[in-house]
Amino acid sequence: MAKLIIPTPLRKFTGDQSTFEGRGATVAALIDELVERHQGVREHLLDADGRLRSFVRVYVGEDDIQALQGTETPVGEGTTVSIIPAIAGGTEHSTP
Amino acid sequence: MKQPEDKAVVVHPAAMEVMGEDARRTFPDECCGFFFGHAGAEREVILARPVENHKDGDKRRRFEISPADYMRAERFAVEQGLDLLGVYHSHPLHPAIPSEHDRAVAMPWFSYIILSVHTDGVREVRSWRLDVDRRFQEEALRTLTSA
Repeated sequence: MAKLIIPTPLRKFTGDQSTFEGRGATVAALIDELVERHQGVREHLLDADGRLRSFVRVYVGEDDIQALQGTETPVGEGTTVSIIPAIAGGTEHSTP
Repeated sequence: MKQPEDKAVVVHPAAMEVMGEDARRTFPDECCGFFFGHAGAEREVILARPVENHKDGDKRRRFEISPADYMRAERFAVEQGLDLLGVYHSHPLHPAIPSEHDRAVAMPWFSYIILSVHTDGVREVRSWRLDVDRRFQEEALRTLTSA
């Protein structure tokens, strides 16, 4: 079982659970399990095509999956996977 | 502007001072950081911690927080027994109103505190939170007075 760390802003969709354990053998499979169990998370993690949204990063251990095998990165017993919202913004294109 | 029901943010003076000082010190660039406290009917902001603006290039109109800083903030909250309540950033020479870019990448649940900062200092501090339609609604923000 791999362990997924849920970021604080998404915990209201997981019944305040900060972690989720799943049997998925890849990052994609683990995330599929998560959104299947907690449907409210889906729109904040995945786009209409089921791909990770551009402002969501996923780390396996201390490594960005973009530097590994993307969502096909294997996970397993003892793996810790972190979902990390990309925090950004600013005044550019400022409109009330 | 519609006020979300029972959504208010109460900021301790020490936390407000940290955010204000960060906005003044970083001017004319944008500053950014996290704040921590307790999430109840009212959100109580007990402390704030600046982080580096990792945006490449011009930092006067944009900010970005690194994934490593985000992970550290989550861990810090657990260690302190506090909730990671949200993100603050400054709008140098602009009002404390979220931009379309702020909205596009915002997360639910987090409060987003924006400080409008000018050459004479911080003029305005406002807090915003996404509603279920991913639109920002303003939250009432109140700073506690020092004892």
